[in-house]
Amino acid sequence: MSNKTVYIGSGAGFAGDRLDAAVPVVATLQQRDGPRYLIYEVMGERTLAIAQRIKMRNPDEGYSPYLDAYLPKIMADCKAHNIRIVSNLGNANPVGGARRVLEMAAELGIADVRVAVVHGDDLMTFMRAEEIAALPTIEGVEIDGSKIFAANAYIGARSVAAALALDVDVVLVGRTTDAALVLGPLIHEFGWAEGDLDLLAAGTLAGHLLECGGQVTGGYFCDPGFKDVPGMDNLGFPICEIDASGGVVITKADNTGGMVTRATVIEQMLYEVHDPAAYLTPDVTLDMTNVTIADDGPNRIRVMGARGKPPPATLKVTVSADGGWLGEAELIYAGPNALARAELAADIVRTRCQRHGVSDPIRFDITASGSVFDNHDAIRRRGENRPLDGEYRLRTAIRTADKACAQYVNDEVLSLFCSGPAGGGGYRCNITGQVETASVLVPRGPVEARCSVEEIKP
Amino acid sequence: MSATRRVRLHEVAHARAGDKGNRSNIVVAPYHPDLFAYLVEQVTADRVHDLFKHKGATACTRYILPNLPAINLVIDDALEGGVNSSLNQDLHGKTLSFLLLGEFFVEVPADLIPNRQG
Repeated sequence: MSNKTVYIGSGAGFAGDRLDAAVPVVATLQQRDGPRYLIYEVMGERTLAIAQRIKMRNPDEGYSPYLDAYLPKIMADCKAHNIRIVSNLGNANPVGGARRVLEMAAELGIADVRVAVVHGDDLMTFMRAEEIAALPTIEGVEIDGSKIFAANAYIGARSVAAALALDVDVVLVGRTTDAALVLGPLIHEFGWAEGDLDLLAAGTLAGHLLECGGQVTGGYFCDPGFKDVPGMDNLGFPICEIDASGGVVITKADNTGGMVTRATVIEQMLYEVHDPAAYLTPDVTLDMTNVTIADDGPNRIRVMGARGKPPPATLKVTVSADGGWLGEAELIYAGPNALARAELAADIVRTRCQRHGVSDPIRFDITASGSVFDNHDAIRRRGENRPLDGEYRLRTAIRTADKACAQYVNDEVLSLFCSGPAGGGGYRCNITGQVETASVLVPRGPVEARCSVEEIKP
Repeated sequence: MSATRRVRLHEVAHARAGDKGNRSNIVVAPYHPDLFAYLVEQVTADRVHDLFKHKGATACTRYILPNLPAINLVIDDALEGGVNSSLNQDLHGKTLSFLLLGEFFVEVPADLIPNRQG
């Protein structure tokens, strides 16, 4: 058995993550001895759907707009130190993203950068929208076939490993599992087979811990006075060390803030997990119920005991459909009797919208009254005696197929300036196109038969 | 055995919320490992379900992970339709970990409650 350790760092955990987070990660990886990788996880269900729409308008686009924001900062160092980049920055168009990486390398004067992509997640290339709409959704919702514009299967880590076998510097994928960005390099380095279920489980758990970037190193964690985290303005992103026996240590970039503790690891381990005995991926069903964690030095946590069971016979597919419009408008009231004035403002807009014939439900929130914990009817706000004085923001929201209807509601809030209660200010509004998503399961065979890897040449 | 005190969950545990569709999951972990048994006894699926019924929650399933230790709470239909259809400002229910921490009370031995200065 190989006795090497593989080092995998995270440069981003969502589209919008800190632009400079990868810099200390790469500086730390340079000091490590062994195969080293940098991952960027930047794809959500909606990110991909929006990228598909962009690609429909321009076939050269549809890769992540963050590709240009992230990679130039670290590309030269990664190439110089053989730190390989694995990312879903490819979004809806990995080939377009790969071409942009090659262009970027040329602009930066970095020679011999090689890039490969993974194909095969896009079901719309071989299934009609009506066929996809006919599949039962996991959520039990109906999807209108005529509104479907994207359907992408979560493909597994073997495709990532196959792309790395092309000996490239950068691998760009579209929709794979997030954990595949970590498990793919491990399969490539250690040659883990499909039957090595406990090893695949350990690699998947490492991937799950890394996929949200700083969420395992003290990000999204700090609660001042209760859970303090040092240096959050320079949060260190995670680095995972994995050996051939599936030993996993989570640590972070040197000379950064943040922290890796039992508590930060526990919160992330169960983040977005339902049954911890059956975390389903195309590579393995991960069972976390016997996982233990132990301190392994400052900012180092060892994670042991992941167990693997065979993966499901189906792949999960995210289906995206046109979801109409979301309109939101806000106006703020402050000082004496502010809550009563904000409530009156809501009543005025409600009455006028009813009179106008707006039939889609409108939500009336009063921000600073616990509105996010409340329901559509503001049952909690009505049941409690809140101080009338203070700072309260009326917020309306409507989802509608009719953009003009969303505009009408926003205009009614705006008109409160001169025709509403005293002292309203700070009007804000927006109307944004919405994507509706649902999940379906498809047999693996037809999807995996179409998966392939390709090096994109300049 | 020391006297017990009734405190907000926030005093003795930390939590993080995630979403999938119209389902929320909230991981709850004690600050002191000896608190875990009290959380298992008191942070029951039924009581958690009650806290989210006004949002339309239809069920709560609880998973216990004694090795960590932590509890994973999975609450069905807690997100007002979820990110597709919710009109809540917090479409994903990311803030709901603090609804649980703030409004759920537990009775625990006073000497296990972290002593916070200032």
